[in-house]
Amino acid sequence: MMNRRDAIARVGLIMGGTVVGAEAFLSGCAPSGGSAAAATTFTPAVVAMLDEVGETILPTTAKSPGAKAAKIGEFMKVIVTDCYDKADQEVFATAVPSINALASETYGKPFMDLAGDERHALLVTLDQSARDHDGGLEDGDPAHYFTLVKQLTLWGFFTSEVGSTEGLRYLPVPGKYDGCTEYEDGDRAWAAI
Amino acid sequence: MNDHQQNNTTTMQENEFDAIVVGSGISGGWAAKELCEKGLKVIVLERGKDVKHVTDYKNAMKAPWEFPHRGSRTQKMIEDYPVLKRDYPLNETNLDWWASDKDSPYTEVKRFDWFRGYQVGGRSLLWGRQSYRWSDFDFEGNVRDGVGVDWPVRYKDIESWYTYVEKFAGISGSREGLPQLPDSHFLPAMELNCVERDASDRIKKAFGGKRSLIIGRVAHATAALAHSPGRGTCQFRNKCWLGCPYGGYFSTQASTLPAAMATGNLTIRPFSIVTRILYDKDTKRATGVEVLDAETNQTYEYRSKIVFLNASTLNSTWVLMNSATDVWPDGLGSSSGQLGRNLMDHHLGVWASGDVDGYADQYYYGNRPNGFYIPRFRNLQGDKQEFLRGFGYQGAASRTGWSREVGEYSIGAEYKDALLEPGPWRIGMGAFGEMLPDERNRVTLDKTRQDKWGLNVLAIDCELRENENLMRQDMLNAGLEIIEASGAKNVTGGIGDGTPGRGIHEMGTARMGHDPKTSVLNKWNQVWDAPNVFVTDGSFMTSAACQNPSLTYMAFTARAADHAVSELKKMNL
Repeated sequence: MMNRRDAIARVGLIMGGTVVGAEAFLSGCAPSGGSAAAATTFTPAVVAMLDEVGETILPTTAKSPGAKAAKIGEFMKVIVTDCYDKADQEVFATAVPSINALASETYGKPFMDLAGDERHALLVTLDQSARDHDGGLEDGDPAHYFTLVKQLTLWGFFTSEVGSTEGLRYLPVPGKYDGCTEYEDGDRAWAAI
Repeated sequence: MNDHQQNNTTTMQENEFDAIVVGSGISGGWAAKELCEKGLKVIVLERGKDVKHVTDYKNAMKAPWEFPHRGSRTQKMIEDYPVLKRDYPLNETNLDWWASDKDSPYTEVKRFDWFRGYQVGGRSLLWGRQSYRWSDFDFEGNVRDGVGVDWPVRYKDIESWYTYVEKFAGISGSREGLPQLPDSHFLPAMELNCVERDASDRIKKAFGGKRSLIIGRVAHATAALAHSPGRGTCQFRNKCWLGCPYGGYFSTQASTLPAAMATGNLTIRPFSIVTRILYDKDTKRATGVEVLDAETNQTYEYRSKIVFLNASTLNSTWVLMNSATDVWPDGLGSSSGQLGRNLMDHHLGVWASGDVDGYADQYYYGNRPNGFYIPRFRNLQGDKQEFLRGFGYQGAASRTGWSREVGEYSIGAEYKDALLEPGPWRIGMGAFGEMLPDERNRVTLDKTRQDKWGLNVLAIDCELRENENLMRQDMLNAGLEIIEASGAKNVTGGIGDGTPGRGIHEMGTARMGHDPKTSVLNKWNQVWDAPNVFVTDGSFMTSAACQNPSLTYMAFTARAADHAVSELKKMNL
């Protein structure tokens, strides 16, 4: 009964279609612990920096606007505040200071002061660190903070209005199903509706 | 006094009807339609709130970005829904249609995930719409295997009723001539996509025609239904569980309720928790029901000649257990000792999937609210396994989306531009396994625990047993084999959570049978101990098969309603 298929499709959409992601999403988050570690304070400066981090992951190109146009910093604020459990909130809270620390270490200035190519190079390095870190996780270990930032950026952008309508093809009422259509290179993927 | 009663008739005493229908989901809606159309004055008592067709589908036309959390669950929701959070139903888009876990507690002797829909329409708004007939492989299963009791019904008894409900509900599918999965009266089939078509051919060849991949059979109007002018056709949005403003799929609201209303014989009363069936021990008949108003806590009595219990599998049994306790301490229908026993579900969680090379020049248009189906092939036609019964698979092939890895790019312009296009194809599926009836899998009343209305809650004691666990290993192995045979690469699979309840196909606990000593209901769904009480939701199921069960509830409900009216005319009830 119910929309099992829809739900799986939906989860695939949100979490990247991997079974691991789907399981994590479906099981929700671990019960809140009593930890006193700080959650992110989403000041306008933090939101602005998350916009730029997101834009570096999914930048504006000739083909479409990027994550900043989807207000990705604001999206992260809402999801992290309302949907994340304490453990993930704590990991996420390290993202902005850690990215700035890495920027200072590498370039001698905070992330917001970096040039575009510096931001890109920094996050390419960070993405590799996150993959190395997550590859060695045991069940229940927290993911790398950049993994969370990147997941939120993808999910937030590709389900946003700008991502759906100017990036992907958004067709709210298809009216029919055709199982075999011709695909030409460059045709956009269908957006979730 | 009866603020909640939406009266469509003024010809009778306010609390007196020909028939009472308890519950308004798939089977309750059918009972109401059939009884009203046969001229009975009917009241439907629904424990939850009203949901009006179209106007109450408040999220149906929303875009993904119009949900504050893009449809996802919040920590607040996780706290508020300790049961629902265990699987996909807990989400932002249709939370109003899942019963509140806090208001509806139950005792888990063993873990049982019970996902309920308490509103007009019940889970007919939320169901997966997959619709399959049973065959005699299923109806004869118990007697063949020496399990449980024999079904008192065979395919020939129910075949015409399948046709009857299919014509009205609208079932889309393809004619396949499979003996274990009889063809329905079909509306045009939805399409397999090109990867699925080739997979179907390869699977047929690889298994000598003994396994087949077919398009799923679904209760969607793929063509206009002349008898339901209010229903449009499926628009291929696949947003069904938000309610369909087009009436594209079968629900109580779109289909049976308008037909029942049109007769002028229907009254429907939301917020009405039926607490017990009133029973006259001299006539051995029910005389009506007692209702607790969920909002005002007032108690009312409704009188009728017949009662249809369609409160959902476990709740119909709960009503019986709470009734006639002065005659039978364990409730109305308990004389056989079988009331509450033989709880079944379909066990899920076993999956297989793989990558599909090629087809880069192929895509699809529209969101198909359906997938492929691989009908049962185990313990049939010469196949013999170490376990009894079998399973089917449901799945789909599709192109991957923006969450995939893109070659050497991890972030940046090339990465994003690549993700604007669809990725390589994948194919995957999950198994639906038959669970055997077992007396030890049962529900009882927990007299130590009450809900907010002071009503004893159900205690559920149910688990997968040896046959199911043996089957699960084969569900995985055979699934991997089939995905390999479909032509996919990098084939993987797993045995996930199969906790009972997660199939949301609760069945049994008031089984039908030949003998009042070993069953709760006779072959017409009548309670042996009170023949004017009919139970036609999943409670009556004597075994579970592996097909999605709702179509079978529809057929048995229509058949029971026909029998009830004919018995009323003969003054037998």
